[in-house]
Amino acid sequence: MIAVQAQNITKKFLQNKSEVIALNDISFDVNPGELFGVIGPDGAGKTTLFRILTSLILADSGLAKVDGFDVVTQYKDIRKRVGYMPGRFSLYQDLTVEENLNFFATIFNTSIAENYELIKDIYEQIAPFKDRRAGQLSGGMKQKLALSCALIHRPSVLFLDEPTTGVDAVSRKEFWDMLKRLKTQGITILVSTPYMDEASLCDRIALMQKGKLLGIDTPDEILNQFDNKLWAIKATDMYSLLLALRNDPTINHAYPFGEYHHVIANDENGLKLLANKFNAELKIVQPDIEDCFIALMQDETLSA
Amino acid sequence: MEREKVIEVKELTKKYGDFYATNAITFDVYKGEIFGFLGANGAGKTTAMRMLCGLSKPSSGQATVAGFDVFHNPDDIKRNIGYMSQKFSLYEDLTVKENIRFYSGIYGLSSKQIIEKTTSLLSKLHLEEEKNTLVKSLPLGWKQKLAFSIAIVHNPAIVFLDEPTGGVDPITRREFWEMIYEASARGTTIFVTTHYMDEAEYCNRVSIMVDGCIEALDTPINLKKQFNAKTMDDVFLMLARKAKRQAD
Amino acid sequence: MKQFLVFVRKEWSHIWRDPKTLFILFGMPIVQITIFGFALTNEVKNAQIAIVDPSKDVSTTALINRIEASRYFEVKDYVTSYNEIEEKFKEGKIKIAIVLPQDFNATLAHTNTAQIQIIADASDPNTATVLTNYASAIIQDWQTDLNKKKKLPYTITSELRMLYNPELKGAFNFVPGVMAMVLMLVSTLMTSIAIVREKELGMMEVLLVSPLKPIIIILAKTIPYLLLSLVNIISILLLSVFALELPIAGSLPLLIGLSLLFTITSLSLGLLISSVTNSQQVAMLISLMGLFLPTLMLSGFMFPIENMPLPLRILSNAVPAKWYYFIVKAVMIKGLGLKAIWKETSILIGMTVFLLVVSIKKYNVRLS
Repeated sequence: MIAVQAQNITKKFLQNKSEVIALNDISFDVNPGELFGVIGPDGAGKTTLFRILTSLILADSGLAKVDGFDVVTQYKDIRKRVGYMPGRFSLYQDLTVEENLNFFATIFNTSIAENYELIKDIYEQIAPFKDRRAGQLSGGMKQKLALSCALIHRPSVLFLDEPTTGVDAVSRKEFWDMLKRLKTQGITILVSTPYMDEASLCDRIALMQKGKLLGIDTPDEILNQFDNKLWAIKATDMYSLLLALRNDPTINHAYPFGEYHHVIANDENGLKLLANKFNAELKIVQPDIEDCFIALMQDETLSA
Repeated sequence: MEREKVIEVKELTKKYGDFYATNAITFDVYKGEIFGFLGANGAGKTTAMRMLCGLSKPSSGQATVAGFDVFHNPDDIKRNIGYMSQKFSLYEDLTVKENIRFYSGIYGLSSKQIIEKTTSLLSKLHLEEEKNTLVKSLPLGWKQKLAFSIAIVHNPAIVFLDEPTGGVDPITRREFWEMIYEASARGTTIFVTTHYMDEAEYCNRVSIMVDGCIEALDTPINLKKQFNAKTMDDVFLMLARKAKRQAD
Repeated sequence: MKQFLVFVRKEWSHIWRDPKTLFILFGMPIVQITIFGFALTNEVKNAQIAIVDPSKDVSTTALINRIEASRYFEVKDYVTSYNEIEEKFKEGKIKIAIVLPQDFNATLAHTNTAQIQIIADASDPNTATVLTNYASAIIQDWQTDLNKKKKLPYTITSELRMLYNPELKGAFNFVPGVMAMVLMLVSTLMTSIAIVREKELGMMEVLLVSPLKPIIIILAKTIPYLLLSLVNIISILLLSVFALELPIAGSLPLLIGLSLLFTITSLSLGLLISSVTNSQQVAMLISLMGLFLPTLMLSGFMFPIENMPLPLRILSNAVPAKWYYFIVKAVMIKGLGLKAIWKETSILIGMTVFLLVVSIKKYNVRLS
């Protein structure tokens, strides 16, 4: 059985007297036990999508099912069995760690003890602070607590909406390690994130931009679909190099990419000449998810 | 030739009771540099930035920004710098044009200059069609670029950017950084904090704060050599993992 | 049931751990009662009075003694000449002056008439009227006493009796009004804020994606405030009885019961407000500006409804506090029982049921 099913989901909002298409004909499936990433920047529609799947808002058209239950007609069943962690840490700031966990356990008709095994790895890290108010925890600890609260009733599907946004790099890594360990428990996990580097940690990903699905596949497959040779070039004066690349007619696309600029060229010779001129290091590299995203975004803009 | 220093910081400390938010930090920033100021949340980045912007009084130490002392002339500092943060930069319920006019006015531009700047900004950002649109209707990427342009509308010597590219799509992020490059090429010094480690690579030099102290300060290339790391991300993780202080 | 209890416990924690909430819940009622009960009163006491007494004879002395003895006046100055008092008025040192004529006693004895002039500072006309009335009353009293010694036929005197509140204590008016205000404030304002706060913090999303039934959320949010309102009612009553010396004439259980009814009315209003907004500020604005203020004006507490133009009089019938105010006065001050106020009580019950039904229906199971 498919864990999460979305078919032709469309959602429009009225914003400042103009219509905004938040989700444009989105369709995808998530298999049980999958770690599924929804990758996209602000405005992509990730939160809207998650809210529709958790039955919080109604789509304008299309169908969605979670664990076989329809999000519109059978929302009560869905709300009993999913875990949801919306952005900004879903915790009561003035309740302690333990009070928060106990609260969520009780409203899901369970107790902390019943499913403690599931959250043990995570909760143990914050257990020493169990009498501290949630508002006084660090970002990383809040994350762990929020995750524990979302898991305490052993949901079959877990929805995490941008759980790593605004959190420091170390905690981000730790969080994804926790998610990987959860997979072994058979919980289906949907995570949304704007960070492209987190995409490679998922089983499958959906790339979204402005309400549209740019691509959906395993990270490796998406990388395979990148059908251009990708060059990386580095020189002392990166800015001048960039301007020069832009001005060169044989260069298809050039953009900064950390230490190197990434270049897609129609004609390699033009590029090599430029490299010589700037005394630059030039090499071929494998594309990154971000390169794919950029390429897909551009295709989208061209076809629009 | 001695490079001109636009920011000089010596043993700058901010303490709250027994807690040292920043602990005797020392560094300089040169004119035209893109200076990356990194650190985990709670490491003391924000505190340091606020002191340098004249928003908060240090407990001890010395610092001058654009030639003005942070203790005695914070108002002069404010007049000579630009500032943009992710949380606030523009008035959402004013139009693009109104925001430009407002901030230009605040920064002391003359009426004639305001008109000139408005026209040139709108054209450069390709926002002529949107000049009467409320900022809140703009996509995030456009907002960020507009906010940056407005932050430097008065040609300040230094512009402070507090995590300016959070949540923005990859293409817009790069367009934003190209604007930073351009400003830097014109001689504006850029002091930027960011969570994206690839952006650290765009900086001339980078400092990393851990537990209130500066644990690393050098060019990205040298830092990677020093820590035997492949990417700035690895450098950062190595340092941040040593942190005893929990993030905010 | 466990869900309900854990939710109520959470709400208690929110209330007790937030100093601002505690202040509104407990501080405000006490502050209001104290201000209204002690400080604000439209009685006038110890008004500064000057007396011009050129003759200084037996009669004037007798009259002046009377004036001094009353608690309304404090005689500041005895002057002999008329001109001196104008200065005193200008300086604001006196609010009223009584001018006695030359040879007062002699004139009175020989001609059976005399003229006394009362001059008042009417820049505050209300106070001036009150003071001149007091002064006239004292003089009248004295005159009556004088006349007892003489024979005067067919004099009609009116005797005044102030029912229920013979001493005309202002507190009698204010305490019922304050009770209505405080209950509205605590119940409506705090309930609406408590619910909207969940929405604003984003917690409502999390609560909705759970097996919690909406009715449990509603009950758990309102019951703590119901109990707190009970505490407030009792403290106000205690304050009125012991600090303001305002006795409870009627049945105490009836009074508390009807107050609880009004509390539920206010809670339902709070619920209704919370379903129309997602912002705590807006909820606060609606509660204060949209409800509290009109209630203050139209309940009959500050201004008599009978004096208002017809449209406002009709409108005031829709204000629940108006009915409650009436009920409290009836039970607390007049000592009446349920039989006398069944009509008002039924109206209040009807309003409550209506509001509850509407607000529960409007409660959203999804994010709007």
